Amino acid sequence: MKLPISWLKDFIDLNGLSIEDIARKLTLAGLEVDEILYAGLPMPTYGTGEKHEFKTNGIAWDREKIVVAEIREVKAHPNADKLTLLNLFDGQQEQVVLTGAPNIFHLKGAGKLEKPIKVAYAKEGSTLYDGHADGQVLITLKRAKIRGVDSYSMVCSEKELGITDESDGIIILDDDAPVGMPLADYIGDAVLDISILPNMARNANVIGIARELAALTGRELKQPNLEIKTSGDSVENSVTIEITNSELNPRFVAGLIRNVEIKPSPYQIQRRLKLAGVRAINNIVDATNYAMIELGEPLHAFDYDILKERAGEKKIKIITRAASEGEELVTLDGTKRKLTAINVLVCDEKGSLSLAGVMGGSESEVYDASKEVLDAIGVETKPGEMPQGKITSRGKSTVNVLLEGAAWNFINIRRTAKQHNLPSEASFRFSRGVHPALAETGVKRGLQYMAAWANGQIAPGLVDTYPLKPKDSVVDVTSQDVKRLLGIDLSLEEISALLTRLEFKCEITDNKLQVTAPNHRMDIDEGVVGLADVLEEVARSYGFDKIPTTTMADALPPQVGNPVHEWEEHLRDLLVAIGLQEVVTYRMTSPERESRVVTHAEYVRIANPIAPERSVLRQSLLASVLEVVEKNAKAESVAMFEVGSIFEPVKNDLPNEPRRLAIVMTGARIASAWDVKDSPKFDFYDMKGRIELLLAGLRFTDIVYAEAASTYTLHPGKSAEIKVNGQVVGVFGELHPLAKEKYAFGDAPVIVAEFDLEKLRGLNPSYGIKPVSEFPPMYEDIAIILDESVAASAVEALIRQTGGKTVTDVRLFDVYRDEKIGAGKKSLAYSLTYQAEKTLTDADAAAIRNKIVKRLENTVGAKLRS
Amino acid sequence: MLDKLNEIEKAALESLASINDQSALDAWRVANVGRSSPLMQVFAGFGKLSKEERPVVGAAANRVKVALESALEERAQAVKNAALAKSLEEEKLDVTLPGREVKIGRLHPSTQQLRRVLAILAEMGFQVYTSREVETDDINFQMLNFPPDHPARDMQDTFFIEAGDRGDNPILMRTHTSPGQIRAMREAVATNPNDPPPIRIALPGMCFRYEQITARSEIQFNQVEGLAVGKGITFADLKGTLTDFVRRMFGQDARVRFRASYFPFTEPSAEMDVECFVCGGKGCQVCKNSGWLEILGCGMVHPNVLQNGGYDPKIYSGFAWGMGPERQLMLRNKITDIRYFWGNDVRFLEQF
Repeated sequence: MKLPISWLKDFIDLNGLSIEDIARKLTLAGLEVDEILYAGLPMPTYGTGEKHEFKTNGIAWDREKIVVAEIREVKAHPNADKLTLLNLFDGQQEQVVLTGAPNIFHLKGAGKLEKPIKVAYAKEGSTLYDGHADGQVLITLKRAKIRGVDSYSMVCSEKELGITDESDGIIILDDDAPVGMPLADYIGDAVLDISILPNMARNANVIGIARELAALTGRELKQPNLEIKTSGDSVENSVTIEITNSELNPRFVAGLIRNVEIKPSPYQIQRRLKLAGVRAINNIVDATNYAMIELGEPLHAFDYDILKERAGEKKIKIITRAASEGEELVTLDGTKRKLTAINVLVCDEKGSLSLAGVMGGSESEVYDASKEVLDAIGVETKPGEMPQGKITSRGKSTVNVLLEGAAWNFINIRRTAKQHNLPSEASFRFSRGVHPALAETGVKRGLQYMAAWANGQIAPGLVDTYPLKPKDSVVDVTSQDVKRLLGIDLSLEEISALLTRLEFKCEITDNKLQVTAPNHRMDIDEGVVGLADVLEEVARSYGFDKIPTTTMADALPPQVGNPVHEWEEHLRDLLVAIGLQEVVTYRMTSPERESRVVTHAEYVRIANPIAPERSVLRQSLLASVLEVVEKNAKAESVAMFEVGSIFEPVKNDLPNEPRRLAIVMTGARIASAWDVKDSPKFDFYDMKGRIELLLAGLRFTDIVYAEAASTYTLHPGKSAEIKVNGQVVGVFGELHPLAKEKYAFGDAPVIVAEFDLEKLRGLNPSYGIKPVSEFPPMYEDIAIILDESVAASAVEALIRQTGGKTVTDVRLFDVYRDEKIGAGKKSLAYSLTYQAEKTLTDADAAAIRNKIVKRLENTVGAKLRS
Repeated sequence: MLDKLNEIEKAALESLASINDQSALDAWRVANVGRSSPLMQVFAGFGKLSKEERPVVGAAANRVKVALESALEERAQAVKNAALAKSLEEEKLDVTLPGREVKIGRLHPSTQQLRRVLAILAEMGFQVYTSREVETDDINFQMLNFPPDHPARDMQDTFFIEAGDRGDNPILMRTHTSPGQIRAMREAVATNPNDPPPIRIALPGMCFRYEQITARSEIQFNQVEGLAVGKGITFADLKGTLTDFVRRMFGQDARVRFRASYFPFTEPSAEMDVECFVCGGKGCQVCKNSGWLEILGCGMVHPNVLQNGGYDPKIYSGFAWGMGPERQLMLRNKITDIRYFWGNDVRFLEQF
């Protein structure tokens, strides 16, 4: 919400408080000031080392150089058709000023004016915004000759003074503006841009902020005077109201004002509205907006004569009801809207009039026949054409106005505004809850302003139907409650004082405080929730900064840890230790994206995806990591992993979220350097080596690698499944050439692995370590020739089994094939380590070796290579 | 004979003086103190000498032998020193050539930051609690005091999951880690329904919001929440605990402030700001000239939330707070584009 300081001053004395003081107090109390925009008032200056507190913007108006002046004479420029020459008086002397302003152009050559026009005048040397530049560009006025006429000063537009972003003419001040007065003293202002949190909607108005500030500073809130002078016949004689569903419409208030003269509002009013971010339209519409910004009750003005015409001979009868499915209404923006049963309508006996709480209908809206007004409400028209969506028969401006102030169910307003994409100042407030009590004060305020700005006469009385009065919330508070939840010691009197400032009614009875919520608040509940609601107000009013800092005295909870999390963190450490970079990818992908390596029939689908390529939740972690590696494929080598969930659909229920580990490696095995060229590329065995380290790090020893088909598109000859403790826990291998083609990878093979962490985590690691012997080990190499079909893992297993405890390590150091060995044969060379709890002799070693060789000969037909 | 010995000595020492390498030294040794050297010949010819000559010549020959051997040793040392000096001179490297790159693994920056946060919280007694990423509306919103159509839902634009018509309880991507509060409380209550144990947990995890992906907004981000529930936990405890935590995170001198705020699941709610560590509070681009950085949101657990978790709000109270590890990293490292995190470009990842 944008709040002009000048408006705030109508309700609270701000003497002795700087703008920054005000902003700080509000910010700490939950009304965060995002920015301070200066429109005339002096800006704070900071010395070196001084702290800023708020984002600030805007300009200060020099009191000497920018003043109120009056145009006394309008002449034509001798050499320029589009410029006029003004004779004006700045309070000290006459000045000649050039302007091209369109809103003064019609007076060109009029000569001496009967009634001078009051304007904002900037003298030579003034700093203001360039009115012709895009955005806000500061300029300083310098003397120049424009088409032969001296120009050294100017009459200013709102854009030039930083009041609005755009403007199409000079400011024309109210007639009573004091000539010669520094403009900053007359209309200088600053605007606080305040974030309104959902529970602070009651403060989305000037008096709400003033009330908070009064509570925070201990100052008095100046309540608005709502007295009304009336004349003529009572509104009750011509209008009745029927509410068909009080849940939807707890209250409806209507007032009548006659004989209004539609014209622009006083400039001071327009300026405040514009600073508050609301467009100035005409005095009637402005009065509804002004009263809303001021008090928080959105109002709607109907053209009374249109309603009367529709009613014919009968009394006007306002009916509120839910719309029927498919019903239509043309709203005042000219759009025909199809309605649903969520929408609430204000109708008469002939049909619908407006979309309650959101937007008025076109037919009954307040009408101003002048062109300027049509432009101002944003209807595009071509010369000579009537604006679209307008009732073309209405040539006459509105004379009598029926003013509506009502309370609506916030859920309906919220849904309606969303459904029709109609965010507005009114729907913002109604969709967060406006207390029905405000309907009456809002209508009275609106009528007052209409009478003041449009010379109307207010009809006596209000038509007020109030079928659903909200219950006043009453909460009991004790000093113990405050101590237990806030940690501060306050007497009932102190609590009462803090709450009374916020207009709570407080009564002390036997050791407790009975607190009644004020009638502008919808956010205070009863019971244990009401207590929390009230204690929040106590804490805010007391000041969060004054509450002490303590440490918890309560007992510590049982220590259970999080074994799954801890195991995964250990896993991550191991993965990093084997040289892999962790990545974190998006959960949302598409079946097409995953189908490059794997296909799934069913997915967990997003009902409202931001894009087709993020329409489902991933079902393959590997597919996600492959995409990241593809993006990084230009790097010399990439070796990445991710640990995370995939999402398996369960019909109409929460999906399963099993954990997976995916690894992808591609590129150079060793980093290139000025003396290292042509590094070999990562292959199957680089991945396998890492997997071996990883499983060893997890203390698994029963590991078997076997060829197997995978759901992934892997190279059939260069892939394997991984069995730990007899269970398949993962798969790895080289990406199938056909799958690889679908990615923008380089020439190097792409090696992938995926583990099912749910399975892996559930397996028992081995217990204990191998002792480290004091005796010297013996090393021996043996090479054997055997059939190609015998797996190396089987040979190693046989060696270990035969050698028993004494063979502590078996390393394959060579695999060799050639013609001499023979087709279909291979040579495997192993380096064996013998170790025993004694010093082994050559004879001991020979005995073991012979046993092993014999076993290999008998079991797999191996021959010792000589 | 004595003259001959002197000549042998003189000739040998002369030839030794010009030797500069090991092989010449070896040759010299053979020629001058070897078995067939002239000196050794003198020893070999002892038998032919008279009884009187023997001790004289013997003593002289021994003296020469010792002299030659020590000269050899001295020369050998000199040769070795010269060779070392030469090789040290020759082996000079170009120290400006780049070092060899070592391919190492790293954790993703978000994991690194999560670990920093969780490590501090662990020391403060908050144990890690993790829960699912896809949730139901009731646990993600309703139990946390966001009824359907509540204005606060505007604060958390949501991704929904296709799951048939489930009425007011659709399935969705969790918008915050707070549903874990409900799950953790219920689990704790199940362990002892009559006297539920106190809770101090940290809830890390990925959260999702319906946003366009831009430099400033992402569809997923990590959150870490803290939750303490027990008897007699106060707003003053919240202030004390969080001030301690923030000082561990940002330094013992960090100035902090608490601003009133709003979250449906806490009341009173607050935003905690820390004095901008980039400019020291003087105002800069990072803190948008305010001197303060919004670092976490917090508040006393709302009575409805306690109730929904199974804790009687008349007896128990607690506080919760939430923060974003990615936001902390962005502030700390001058990262201006949030898309870097899930973009996973190695050129970004390698900097952490």
